[in-house]
Amino acid sequence: MRDKLEGLRREALEQLGGVADPGQLNELRVQYLGKKGQLTEVLRGMGALSAEERPVIGQIANEVRAAIEAVIAEKQEAFDRAETARRLQAETIDVTLPGKSRGEGTIHPLTKVTQEIEDIFLGMGYRIAEGPEVETDFFNFEALNLPKNHPARDMQDSFYLTEEILLRTHTSPVQIRAMRAANGQTPLKVICPGKVYRRDDDDATHSFMFHQIEGIVVGPNIRMSDLKGTLLQFVQAMYGPQTQIRLRPSFFPFTEPSAEVDVTCAQCGGHGCRMCKHTGWIEILGCGMVHPKVLEYGGYDPKEVTGFAFGMGVERIALLKYGVDDIRHFYNNDLRFLGQFARM
Amino acid sequence: MNVSYRWLNEYIDLSGIEPAKLAEMMTRGGIEIDSVPSRNQGVSKVVVGLVKTREKHPDADKLSVCTVDAGTGEELQIVCGAPNVAAGLKVPVALVGAELPGGLKIKRAKLRGVESQGMLCSARELGINDKLLPKEQQEGLYILPADSEIGADILDVLALDDSILELDLTPNRSDCLSMLGVAYEASALTGRPLRLPDPSKDLYASTDKTSDHVQVTISAKELCSHYSARFIKGVKIGPSPLWMQNRLIAAGIRPISNIVDITNYVMLEYGQPLHAFDAAKVAGGRIDVRLAREGETLVTLDGQERKLEPHMLLITDAEKPIALAGVMGGLNSEVTNDTVDIILESARFDGGSVRRTSRQLGLRSEASARFEKEVDPGRVREALDRAAGLMGKYADGVVSEGVVETIVSEAKPSVITLSLEKINRFLGTSLSSLEVKTIWSRLGFEAAETENDVWQVTVPTRRGGVHLDVDLIEEVARLHGYDEIPTTPIEGPTTTGSLTKPQAIRRDLRGLLTGSGLYEAINYSVTSPQAAGLFPDLNGADDGCKPIPLAMPMSEERSVLRTVLLPSLLEAAAYNQSRKNNDVALFEIANVYHSKEAPLTGLPKEKPRLALLLTGNRTAPAWNRAAEKVDFYDAKGILEAVFERLGVSGKIAYEAAQPEHFHPGRTAALTLATENGRETIGYVGQIHPDLQREFDLGDVYAAELELAPLYAEADGDIAYRPLPRYPAVERDLAVVVGREVPGEALASAIRSAAGELLESVRVFDVYTGERLGADKKSVALALVYRHSDRTLTDEEVTASHERALAELEQSFGAELRK
Repeated sequence: MRDKLEGLRREALEQLGGVADPGQLNELRVQYLGKKGQLTEVLRGMGALSAEERPVIGQIANEVRAAIEAVIAEKQEAFDRAETARRLQAETIDVTLPGKSRGEGTIHPLTKVTQEIEDIFLGMGYRIAEGPEVETDFFNFEALNLPKNHPARDMQDSFYLTEEILLRTHTSPVQIRAMRAANGQTPLKVICPGKVYRRDDDDATHSFMFHQIEGIVVGPNIRMSDLKGTLLQFVQAMYGPQTQIRLRPSFFPFTEPSAEVDVTCAQCGGHGCRMCKHTGWIEILGCGMVHPKVLEYGGYDPKEVTGFAFGMGVERIALLKYGVDDIRHFYNNDLRFLGQFARM
Repeated sequence: MNVSYRWLNEYIDLSGIEPAKLAEMMTRGGIEIDSVPSRNQGVSKVVVGLVKTREKHPDADKLSVCTVDAGTGEELQIVCGAPNVAAGLKVPVALVGAELPGGLKIKRAKLRGVESQGMLCSARELGINDKLLPKEQQEGLYILPADSEIGADILDVLALDDSILELDLTPNRSDCLSMLGVAYEASALTGRPLRLPDPSKDLYASTDKTSDHVQVTISAKELCSHYSARFIKGVKIGPSPLWMQNRLIAAGIRPISNIVDITNYVMLEYGQPLHAFDAAKVAGGRIDVRLAREGETLVTLDGQERKLEPHMLLITDAEKPIALAGVMGGLNSEVTNDTVDIILESARFDGGSVRRTSRQLGLRSEASARFEKEVDPGRVREALDRAAGLMGKYADGVVSEGVVETIVSEAKPSVITLSLEKINRFLGTSLSSLEVKTIWSRLGFEAAETENDVWQVTVPTRRGGVHLDVDLIEEVARLHGYDEIPTTPIEGPTTTGSLTKPQAIRRDLRGLLTGSGLYEAINYSVTSPQAAGLFPDLNGADDGCKPIPLAMPMSEERSVLRTVLLPSLLEAAAYNQSRKNNDVALFEIANVYHSKEAPLTGLPKEKPRLALLLTGNRTAPAWNRAAEKVDFYDAKGILEAVFERLGVSGKIAYEAAQPEHFHPGRTAALTLATENGRETIGYVGQIHPDLQREFDLGDVYAAELELAPLYAEADGDIAYRPLPRYPAVERDLAVVVGREVPGEALASAIRSAAGELLESVRVFDVYTGERLGADKKSVALALVYRHSDRTLTDEEVTASHERALAELEQSFGAELRK
C-alpha cells in the first residue's frame, strides 16, 4: 500500500508538472483528490490494514495528499495571476489623454491682489471700511485739506456730476468717513479698498477708472516710525522677507510729512534691472502722517491724537506682480487674460 | 522747472558735487528730479568761425562754397547747404575730426566735386532744441553774435558744457520754481553757503523820478496784495546777451528781445513773473488793477481777442485794459522794436484768480503757473529792482529813481513754536538739540530758543508752504533723512481684523462662482445712455430713476453711470466671441447707481449687485464628451448654489416672468421672503433674441440680482441634525399633466398632501411626446418617506403615496402614468 501511495504521488506530480491550463488542472484535481479520485480509492483499502500499520499508512497518505494539494494550489495561483494580468492588460487606457475637468473660472486679478493685501492687513488687526464711489466735494476734497481752487486739485482731475458731487478721485474720503464713524475712539485701524476715477486719457499705464487701497491708523501716540514699521511689515508679507523700503519726501495735501515709498525691486532683488529702470527700487505707495486739519475733519483733536495714512494703486501692484504690459487688459475681460490667474 | 547746473553754481559752489549726485541728494530730500540730461549731446571740435566769402557751388543750385576763418591759422573751404549762409556771419564750424550728436564724424569730403574741410552747423545739428530759436535760424545755420570770438569752443560759447536738472515739483514746493529757491534747497542739503545777487546796487544814474511817470492803484484789493512798478527810460531794443539766451534756452524759454528776455530771466531767477509795458501806450501812465466789466474784451499778445468775464483780473491804464493780470499782456501795450520807455510791473496776484482765468482761457504760461502757486511776497520788490538793473545794463535804459507801488497787505513770515520733544515724539526719533539747530540754520530759518529745547522758528516768506508745526517737522525729517527714522511697531492695545458680513459674503460668493466655472469680470462704472437704458426692470426705471450723467464726459460711450450690470457683461461676451473665445461664462459683483433726482442734490443710491452670464458650450467638447450648449438651468443651478450657500434657499422662489429684454418664455423673477413680504430681487433667464442679435450673440443665459437684501437675510448658522437611524422607503410617481403646470407646483402639492412621513420629493424626469398629446407632459417624481423613530410599514407609505396622487389628480387633473 505504501508503494501504491508513493507511486500515486510520483505519477500525480509528474502529470501536474505538465499541466497547461486551469481546465486540465481541475481535471487532475478530480482525478486524484475527488470523491472518486485515485487517492480516495487507495485509502478505501485502509480498512484491511492492521491497527499498527493504519496510523503509519494514514500519515503517508496525508503527506501524499498535502504534496499534491500544494502543487495544485501553486499551479492555480499561477493561473490566477496570469488571468489577472491578462484582464488588466485588456483594460489598459491611454493615461495621457486629458481628464474631465470641472472647468473652474478665476477671480479677477485685481480682486486677487486686493484680497491678498486685505489679508495681510486683516492679520495686522485692521478692519476693512467701504464708502460710496459717488462722493461729495466735501468728503473727496475739502475734508482732506484740499479747499476749492487749491492747486493740488490739479493732481487729480475729476469727473463731476454736479458742482458738489463727483466720482471719487481716491479712496481717501473713506478715511474721513471711517474716522467719523469711529466717533473719536482710538485706536482706529482700517484699510479702504475700492474703485476710483480720474479724468485721464486711457493708455498702457493709465485708466480713468482704477482701484486703490488706503489705510489709516489713528491713536494717542502714532509716530512716523510706526508708519515705517507698518509698511515694512506689509511689504515683507507681500514681497518676501528680504524686501526693504525707502521713503522719499513728497507732498499730499492730507498728510504732513508726506512720503513716496519705494520697495526693493522684486525682479532683481535691488541690483537693478529693466523693470526698476536700473535703480533697484520700485515706487508703490504714497503715505504720511495725517494732516491735523484732516484729523479735525475726522472728529479728532490733533492735540490728543496723531495718525498715519498710506495708499496704493492696485493696478500698479498687479502690473508689477504679474508683469502685465497694458493696464487696459484689466477691463477688457478677455477670457484668455482672466484665465491666466488661476493659481493660488 | 529745468535748472541749469552751471547757472546754479553762480549762487552756490557745487564743486565736487556732480549733477547726478546733486539730483540724487535733492530727490532724497523731497525735490524729485526726473532726469539730468547733459546739454552737450555729443559735440566736440566745433568752434566759432567767420564766413569770409560765399559763392554758389558750380554744380549744385542749393549749395554754397564758403571760405571760413575758424581760428585754425588757415582758411577753410567748406561747402554748405543752408539758405541763410552769408559772408560776414559768425557760425558754428565743425572742423575735420569733429563729432556731432548722433555719432556723425566730420571728415574731409568732396561735395559735388568741391572739397569741403568741415561743416557749418545749425542749432539742431548741435543737439539744441531749435524750436526756441527764431524761424530763420531753425531752417538754417545757428547765427552767433558778431562779437563772438573766432576759434572759441562752441561748448563754451553756447554753454553746452552743462547739465539740466529736470525738477518734478509737488505743489508745496513752488519755492523751487526759481533758481534762488533751488539754490536755497541745495544749500540746505549740502550745508554750503549761498552767494546771492544784490539788485539794489548801481540802480540810479538819473534823478528822474518814477512817480513822475507812473501811478498805481489797486481797485480789486482782495485779488492783488502788492503791485510795484518802475520806469526805465530810453531803452534800445535788441537781442539779449548770448549767455542770457543760453540760460533761457536751457530752461526751455524762447529768447525774444533784451527787454522780454530780462523779464523771463528774472522770473527764472526769483520766481517772480514780471511784465514790461511800452510806457508810451499806457494812457496817462496810470495803472489800476481791477476786475473786468461785463462785455469788455482784450486782444492778448498772441493776437486773439478775449471775451472778459467779471471774475477776471485786469491791469488797466487811464482808458482801457492793457493786460490780463498774471496771465498774458495785451497787444495794445506790447514792447516792440520802436519802444523807448518801459513801465515794468512786479506784482502779487491771487493764485486762485489767475488759475481760474488761465484755465478758462486756455492760457497757461510760466508766469501763470507761478502766480497760481502764490509768489513770494518778499521778492516782489527785489525782482523788480533786479530786472530794472539788467535793463540798464543790457538795454541801455536809464532807471528812474524810486518804486511806485501799492501794498494792500504786508507779507508776514510765519512764526511757529516747536519743541524737541514734540519732534522726537512725532517722528519716533531721538534727535539732539544740536542736530535740530543745525537743520534750522541750514534751512536759513531763524530759530530763537525760548525755553530749553523749544524754538520759535521764523519761516521766511519764500517758504510759504510752511506754516504749521507739522510742516516744520517735515523739514526736520527730510533734512535729517527719512532713512534715519527708525521702524517701530505700533504701541497700544491690539485690534482684531475681521470682515463685515457683506465682505465675507462677497468673498465666499466669488469662490463659489469661480468654482462653478465662471470668470470674474470688472467693467467700467460709466457707460453709454443706450446701455444704461436697457433692462428697465433692473435699471431703476420702474422706480422712476434715470441714468445719472457726468457733467463733462470724455465720450458718449462713457457719459452716464451704470444703472444695470448686464449690458457690460453682454459687451464683454461680444468682445470675447469676436476673439474666438466662444464659450463665455462671466460674473461681476459691482454697484449700480440709481437716483430719482435730476440733477442730483444728494448722493445716489449705490446698489451692490451680482450679475452672471453664460453663452456657448457648458464645457468644451473633448475626446470623451460631446459639446453641450448651456441652458437656463445652468444659470439657475448656479443661483441655487448661491442661495444654498447663503442659507436662504427656503426663502427664494422662482416665478415665470416677462421682464423687458429677456426671453418671455424662459425667464424667472427671483423673489425673496423677508419680514416685509416677498421682494423681487432680480431675474434669471435667457436674453431676448432681439437683444442677443444686437450684441451679435447666440443664446445667452443671464441673471442679475440685488445683494443688499441677501446680505440681510443670509444665515450662516449651522445646526447639526442627527443622522437617520431607520431606513427610508423610496417610491416614484409619474403623472401626465398639462404642459403649463409648473413642476414645482406638483412637488409643492405633494409636500402638503403626503404628510409628515414624506422626507423629500424631487422631479427626476420630464417627458413630452406625440403619444401624450401636444398639450401634455409626463412628470416623474421621486418621493422619499421616512420616520425618525421606527421603520415604516408598507401600508402607511402606500396611504401617504395615494394621498399625494389624489391631490395631483384633483388639483392638476393629473393621470397616473402606467
